[in-house]
Amino acid sequence: MEQFTIKPLFGGHELHWYTITNQTLWMAIAVVAIFTLLVLATSARAMVPSRMQSVGELAYGFVRNMIEDVAGKDGLAFFPYVLTIFMFIVTCNFLALIPFSFSVMAQFAITGVLAIAVFLTVTVTGFVRHGAGFLKLFWVDAAPAPLRPVLAVIELLSYFVRPVSHSIRLAGNMMAGHAVFEVFAGFAVVAVISPVSVVAIAGMYALELIVAFVQAYVFTILTVVYLKDALHPGH
Amino acid sequence: MTGNLVTMGAYIGAGLACVGMGGAAIGVGNIIGNFLSGALRNPSAAAGQTAMLFIGIAFAEAFGIFSFLVALLLMFAL
Repeated sequence: MEQFTIKPLFGGHELHWYTITNQTLWMAIAVVAIFTLLVLATSARAMVPSRMQSVGELAYGFVRNMIEDVAGKDGLAFFPYVLTIFMFIVTCNFLALIPFSFSVMAQFAITGVLAIAVFLTVTVTGFVRHGAGFLKLFWVDAAPAPLRPVLAVIELLSYFVRPVSHSIRLAGNMMAGHAVFEVFAGFAVVAVISPVSVVAIAGMYALELIVAFVQAYVFTILTVVYLKDALHPGH
Repeated sequence: MTGNLVTMGAYIGAGLACVGMGGAAIGVGNIIGNFLSGALRNPSAAAGQTAMLFIGIAFAEAFGIFSFLVALLLMFAL
């Protein structure tokens, strides 16, 4: 579909690693938006927070509580990383809902890189903190002894499938939402059903606002759950 | 009747792949329903479990997204 194609911004058709595309543009807009929000939120440091500061504190506290609830106090070492992931995804998702914008998180390459980064962080952290003891993650002590090798294979497989499902969940959800908009917008040109389709687009838009936030939340909380495995392996 | 057989097969396959989304829908409905019935029995414990609710939804939903992905691959990548 046309809305998902990556185009060079300044003419030409060839894509190199340094080509500035619409994708680069919208990622840069997201970064500038996050930077502006957080700098404006923290610059005043007022006792009674302004509106901007409340939004910043809300995002900060939300992610911090999530890490403390799921991974415990020592998970807070990863707080900057997790907050970065959350802010980037949620901002890109909301920016993608502006008409004629570009959905960065509907690209499997982008979410794939994010998920592989999380996978590598978790694996490296696990081995650095626990050495070979990290492998206990795959050896389920609670299971009956004959079942343990079978479970080890299944756990190992599910460990390596994690980055795949982690990335495809986010990109698939965003892509599906935007594809639905396009399909309903296609119905809008048929005079008989156009009122129905316009109302349907409005309804879908409300739903997509929720999905944009929930998918960012799900990606973040799964990151924290995987980090918990690295910090406290064993079941 | 124009077009070739491979395209026809791919489109039929894409339609069939979408049946998989029904399974994801059942799974997500099950999770929310059970969460709600548990939460109404003990509302004070419900707030602490919303994170688990979303993790469960995410895992159930992932497979619906996989089937959607298969449909997309059949329609646009073949």
